[in-house]
Amino acid sequence: MAETTNISTQPSQETTRRSEPEITLSPPVDICETDEGITLLADLPGVPRDGLNLRVEGNTLLIEANAHLDVPEGIQPLFADVRSTCYRRGFTLSNELDTGNIDASLQNGVLILRIPKRAELKPRKIEVQVH
Amino acid sequence: MFGSLTNFESSLYDQFRRMERELDELFGQTWPATSIRSASRGAFPAVNVGATPDNIQVYLFVPGVDPKSLDISIQENVLTVSGQRSESSQENARYYRRERFNGEFSRAIALPEDADPARVEARCRDGILHITVQRREAAKPRQIQVK
Repeated sequence: MAETTNISTQPSQETTRRSEPEITLSPPVDICETDEGITLLADLPGVPRDGLNLRVEGNTLLIEANAHLDVPEGIQPLFADVRSTCYRRGFTLSNELDTGNIDASLQNGVLILRIPKRAELKPRKIEVQVH
Repeated sequence: MFGSLTNFESSLYDQFRRMERELDELFGQTWPATSIRSASRGAFPAVNVGATPDNIQVYLFVPGVDPKSLDISIQENVLTVSGQRSESSQENARYYRRERFNGEFSRAIALPEDADPARVEARCRDGILHITVQRREAAKPRQIQVK
């Protein structure tokens, strides 16, 4: 009996496929480190400020973003290099990074993250004393 | 809305992609014939093209490129966009990853035959260059009245 109900309410195959999570893109990044901290640049074309979701979970930095594009009604695709509007990428961080003070800016579709090192853990120059 | 441009609904497209990739691997990208102006996969900038009955929409993904450095030209039905993205390295920094494109680029896109080179508009926002090319009147589908 219950089975019959299930079958009747089952969505068509097409609907099922559409509700599957969209493909996500892994944005290309540049990452470099200085004595002050780590700088990360990520290409996120089409992402407005409110489309960006940055968070730190445990020691993982997660970048999630949704691109927005003006697409006229009734457009037919002819060619597409980019086949999703969702970006996602994660990085594990290490202890010496101060995750509470990450500075983020988004400009022209490029995300710049500056992750400072904890002050007490910045490398110190050790002077060699010459007698 | 955007989904209509990026999500090809049929899995047939995926199969074509797979086949194309496999053929690329087998024949080193020389067979089957590709469009003479096509770029290799992963080329910068990425391009999406779509069309409506009135116009052709071209989207170039140009994050971090100064819109003023872009050079857009159209000849017959070939649209060419070139520019540069120069990334200055941070001083005294150790680089772990450099995946982002750096340097000059140029990409040509063959538009449908009915593209009107006289009516082109370009806008740039959030790292996406959106070019609209109007189609010639004659090419639009016309309703034919039965008398």
